[in-house]
Amino acid sequence: MIEPSSVIQMRGIVKRFPGVLASDHVDFELRRGEIHALLGENGAGKSTLMNILAGLYRADEGTIVVHDKPVNFSSPRQAIQAGIGMIHQHFMLVPSQSVTENILLGLDHPRFRLRLAENERRVAELGEQFGLKVDPKAKIWQLSVGEQQRVEILKMLYRGADILILDEPTAVLGPAETEQLFKTLRGMTTQGKSIIFISHKLNEVMAIADRVTVMRRGKVTAADVSTKSTSTAELARLMVGREVLFRVQKQPQTPGPVVLAIEDLTATNDRGLPALQKLNLQVHAGEIVGLAGVAGNGQRELAEVATGLRRAASGRILLNGENLTNQPVRRAIARGLAHVPEDRNRVGSSPNLSLTDNMIMKQYLQSPIGRGWQLDAGEAAAFAQRLKQSYEISAPSVETQARLLSGGNLQRLILAREITAQPKAMIAMQPTQGLDVGAVEVVHRLLLEQRQQGVAILLISEELDELLSLSDRVAVIYEGAIVGEVTDGDIEKIGQLMTGSV
Amino acid sequence: MSAQPSAPAQRALPFRVRFVPREIVPGWLPALVSLGAIVLALLIGAVILALVGGDPIAAYAQIARSSFGSVAVFSDTLVKATPLILVGLACAIAFRMRLWNIGAEGQFFLGAWGASAVVLIPLVSNTTSPWIVIPLMMVAGMAAGALWGFIPGILKARFNVNEIISTLMLNYIAIAWNNYFIFGMWSEGGFQMSKTFPKNAWLPRLADYARSVRAFSGLTTHLGLVFALVAAVVVWFILNRSRWGYEIRLIGDNPRAAQYAGIPIARHTVLVLMLSGALAGLAGMSEISGVVHRLQGQISPGYGFTGIIVAWLAKLNPFAIILVSILFGALILAGREIQPSGIPKMIQGIILVCLIASDFLLRYRVRIQRVR
Repeated sequence: MIEPSSVIQMRGIVKRFPGVLASDHVDFELRRGEIHALLGENGAGKSTLMNILAGLYRADEGTIVVHDKPVNFSSPRQAIQAGIGMIHQHFMLVPSQSVTENILLGLDHPRFRLRLAENERRVAELGEQFGLKVDPKAKIWQLSVGEQQRVEILKMLYRGADILILDEPTAVLGPAETEQLFKTLRGMTTQGKSIIFISHKLNEVMAIADRVTVMRRGKVTAADVSTKSTSTAELARLMVGREVLFRVQKQPQTPGPVVLAIEDLTATNDRGLPALQKLNLQVHAGEIVGLAGVAGNGQRELAEVATGLRRAASGRILLNGENLTNQPVRRAIARGLAHVPEDRNRVGSSPNLSLTDNMIMKQYLQSPIGRGWQLDAGEAAAFAQRLKQSYEISAPSVETQARLLSGGNLQRLILAREITAQPKAMIAMQPTQGLDVGAVEVVHRLLLEQRQQGVAILLISEELDELLSLSDRVAVIYEGAIVGEVTDGDIEKIGQLMTGSV
Repeated sequence: MSAQPSAPAQRALPFRVRFVPREIVPGWLPALVSLGAIVLALLIGAVILALVGGDPIAAYAQIARSSFGSVAVFSDTLVKATPLILVGLACAIAFRMRLWNIGAEGQFFLGAWGASAVVLIPLVSNTTSPWIVIPLMMVAGMAAGALWGFIPGILKARFNVNEIISTLMLNYIAIAWNNYFIFGMWSEGGFQMSKTFPKNAWLPRLADYARSVRAFSGLTTHLGLVFALVAAVVVWFILNRSRWGYEIRLIGDNPRAAQYAGIPIARHTVLVLMLSGALAGLAGMSEISGVVHRLQGQISPGYGFTGIIVAWLAKLNPFAIILVSILFGALILAGREIQPSGIPKMIQGIILVCLIASDFLLRYRVRIQRVR
């Protein structure tokens, strides 16, 4: 038997971002004609590594060999010339132009005269050859998301790519479209293309990939794993990490009455597809309920609907018995519903405003900061100063712009703001995402203090160890509904529930 | 792998220029950079004047003399600055919320029309006390301007209509609306203007008090300047010391965070555009009641558009708008004194380009490094 030839070899890749080691001496190998999954949680460093391979970032250290030639890309153009094409999560297409026009965009040929008919024929041929059927004359805006993705793939094939990197390609697709994509990808490998498939969805990785490389916190935790000789549970363990869970001091406590009740909640996502389907969940006073689930199963929509940021199609959200369904956000805030949003920078804070302005976001209507229609700047600054001190937010002054804070400090600010409002219930989504160990500990401590105070907390997270160590109960969300609940920390069972295999 | 790519062109030089993003902007820097930009602009203008055979020093002296040279001409400069301040404030408050109100010109005309309607319908007689006529004209002018802000506001809030397009187009409608009245209903003997307003509809000028204060004799500065200065204080107070202003700033910087904080963005869109329209409308009222004293076609040399530039150059700061307006007022005035009259316009353009380009220095620090 012939040794399968490797088309890409990355050795000792290091990439530092300010305060983060995104890629820590990573090795990666891709063989000809295989589908290789790069598996890991959000922020594990998968995309960083692939962006280096596609010429978007430059590595600080390490070597890359493509087709036995060492390379050093300084732009995506050079990567494409070497046959590497990346299809990003967010498509880069011009909606008002046709498929062929989009494919030709940025190419040196045609130089001046556009023989559109001839190019359209080539696009159609290429589509035929690789099973990527799409009308070359159609305008992009007329196409479904699945078809737009095919255009992105065609774009790379047209440029002669024989190594394709797909960054979470199924995130935007429905089940039927996903199946179609998988068929196409398998077909492409028989024609000699090699594919890297970035994902954090275990069942998909098992379905499509030949081999898997698992990453966690910027490091490779397992390489050269054959999907034939592994299981979803095994991959979940590798992805989440096997090191001893970080145990936090949690006082035993009897939960009080139900504070936050979600009944038969139904809602759609941004694309108008069902995101929540008759979801039921209750959170008691003094209890942390963890919500586990693979990203994109309705977690974000649940947090948004519950806080009033998104409309519910049906069902009810009750806070201490009061119906908050489809009420203004301000009502939920006034009734004591705190919200730690998933996106600290784009939702939870206002980057160019001062710390003071960011801290009073939920207090400015009340005395002493708000006096009638006026805003007492002195009181606001004093309030901010108090929060800055008691929550140890390190910044030159309360006049500093929020965008200059580190992730951990910004999250402290947001938690300080939400906690000072003395909430009855709190919805915290991914509160420790992207934070370093020290900052994670602070966030955990603050959440547990709130639990001690009798606040009902819904903790939505993709970090299983965080959920297990903080929560009194872990509910599992799958395709917009709660599919089960785990109270004894059975990680195996959570994993099965998360992938919908129960 | 090397960490820093360096272009071959840079290697030819013994040093390398790098632009490092500034994290913290010291409070004094914007003023210094703006001043430097104006000085640079004047130098560039001087070079151009010298190249075409002119005497830059004489030209600048003439400009300075004709707009700041005496109390009388400075008074005229202030007259020109008055509508610019009000329109600049109108733009600034909308821009703070990132609402691009390009319609201050139309709101200015509607304000002028609304104020005129009080006199020309007429709602008041020749003998009504000015204490009634002037406030009535102010209210009518501001209401008409606010209406011209309400239309794009409600369209944006309800149907997400781009306010740049709607405010721009409403300018043309406003001018046509005015023309309808000055050509037809209110035309004076077929001329394209209304009759002159009775004296009780005139804003008092300094010259009106020359009998008691001799120094005021001949000075054209009118009460509109006081309106403008009060408006600047009010706008500053709204933006920096009111709950509403906080909400406007929050929406302007990050609408998603504003939504998260429970702020009704749609309502604010309508209200802010109405306030913006009302301020521009007040400018229109002040101009016809304080300067022109009749409704006619030529009441604005593009104040509404210059106001955009003024607001931008003042970095949306209400008090800086006063200073920038005076500078622009001076350049407008100098246009009448200098031949060819295009020179102040050219200088205005150069100042603008330099000021906008100087913004780069606020965001980046320039480092010159020796190449190892």
